[in-house]
Amino acid sequence: MKTLKVLVSTACFVGMAVSTHAEESAALSIDGQEFTIQTAAPAHAENLDEVTSGWIYRAKETQALQLDDFDNPGFVFVDQAIDLWNEVEGSEGKACASCHEDVGQFAGLRTTLPRVEDGKVVTMEDLVNTCRTDHMGAEPWKYSGSQIIAMTALIGLQSRGMPMNVAIDGEAAEFWEQGRELYYTRVGQLDMACSNCHEDNYDTMIRADHLSQGQTNGFPTYRLKNAKLNSTHARFKGCMKNIRAEPYKVGGEEFKSLELYIASRGQGLSVETPSVRN
Amino acid sequence: MRIIGLSIAVAGFLANPLAAEPVAPGDVKYEDGVVEASLTGVAGDPANGRDVFKNRKLGNCLACHVNADMPEESFHGEVGPEMTGVADRWEAQELRAIVANSKMVFEDSIMPAFYQNTGFERTLKKFDGKTILTAQQVEDVLAYLQTLKDE
Repeated sequence: MKTLKVLVSTACFVGMAVSTHAEESAALSIDGQEFTIQTAAPAHAENLDEVTSGWIYRAKETQALQLDDFDNPGFVFVDQAIDLWNEVEGSEGKACASCHEDVGQFAGLRTTLPRVEDGKVVTMEDLVNTCRTDHMGAEPWKYSGSQIIAMTALIGLQSRGMPMNVAIDGEAAEFWEQGRELYYTRVGQLDMACSNCHEDNYDTMIRADHLSQGQTNGFPTYRLKNAKLNSTHARFKGCMKNIRAEPYKVGGEEFKSLELYIASRGQGLSVETPSVRN
Repeated sequence: MRIIGLSIAVAGFLANPLAAEPVAPGDVKYEDGVVEASLTGVAGDPANGRDVFKNRKLGNCLACHVNADMPEESFHGEVGPEMTGVADRWEAQELRAIVANSKMVFEDSIMPAFYQNTGFERTLKKFDGKTILTAQQVEDVLAYLQTLKDE
């Protein structure tokens, strides 16, 4: 009886070691394009030696979905965004396509966002909605609604494979500091900061989940969990609720500063949107 | 045999008046990484403690600690130390302090305080002012942990 128990627990232990850890030696390449999924950490991420894409920590089957755009469910939403791109809306009778002939002109934009302009953090969502209200005469989209997430995925896709490179100096410095402060502040009944999981404990299992560095280079990201594209702010909100904390407002100043700070921690990682995660 | 029976009866008698009023979270006395007194005066139930340990809505201790006593569970976390032999490494009074508020023992620990209801920022309304576990659940977990010996 005792022997049986030992055997069972050994089997369990071995099984866990094999099944839960992703193939970290694997390389991410899509249609011949190589992605940087691991690189030296920027100096301002002072507690990290290297920065790593969340793709590394996913199970093989999940990783595989991102290797081919036909298998990647995120592209369903990118296709929806192409329709939205051509849809005329608002008092000016314009679509995105009326002013921006080819969405390809936005290659590189994702790598530089969020950015600070006139004393405010500007996200891609802000840029899209400003176009809608100021140039199309249309209603802004809900900040983290399905339309804007799809559109930011389409625009972000134009930068796919390019390294993240947000500005953190000059006017951006104070917002970056705010984001850094939030990153290291414990909140909620579980009393945890972003750093407790994503800096101190990445690459370890938290029950069934393999903790990543919480990088944003793959966002918007398709999650198997909810079968849709997810924005960074929606993910921040989910994390905060997990630790039983009252989330900051989606689209609000705190999350925008945090988005800037976290983007800067991933400097050098390739844009992957629409990435696939669990 | 008779002596043991007697001492259990005496312990039971002493414990009973305390049973009605568990020690409030703010009144728990931490001294050098130890909480000497039971939080409830009622002996912990190891079977219930085992459930609290793995239940995601209760302790969810398994989220961070590998536990060889639970091979039936597929996913064991590895953020904290393994639970195998934990009873050989710590006294019950030390475990009580670690479970109730680990930061009183390990400063800067990631481990949540399971019997603490103040000092948190931005706690979700439905958890605000509440402890993660009740005093008795903490005692039950302790009773369970004490069964986790190397042999």
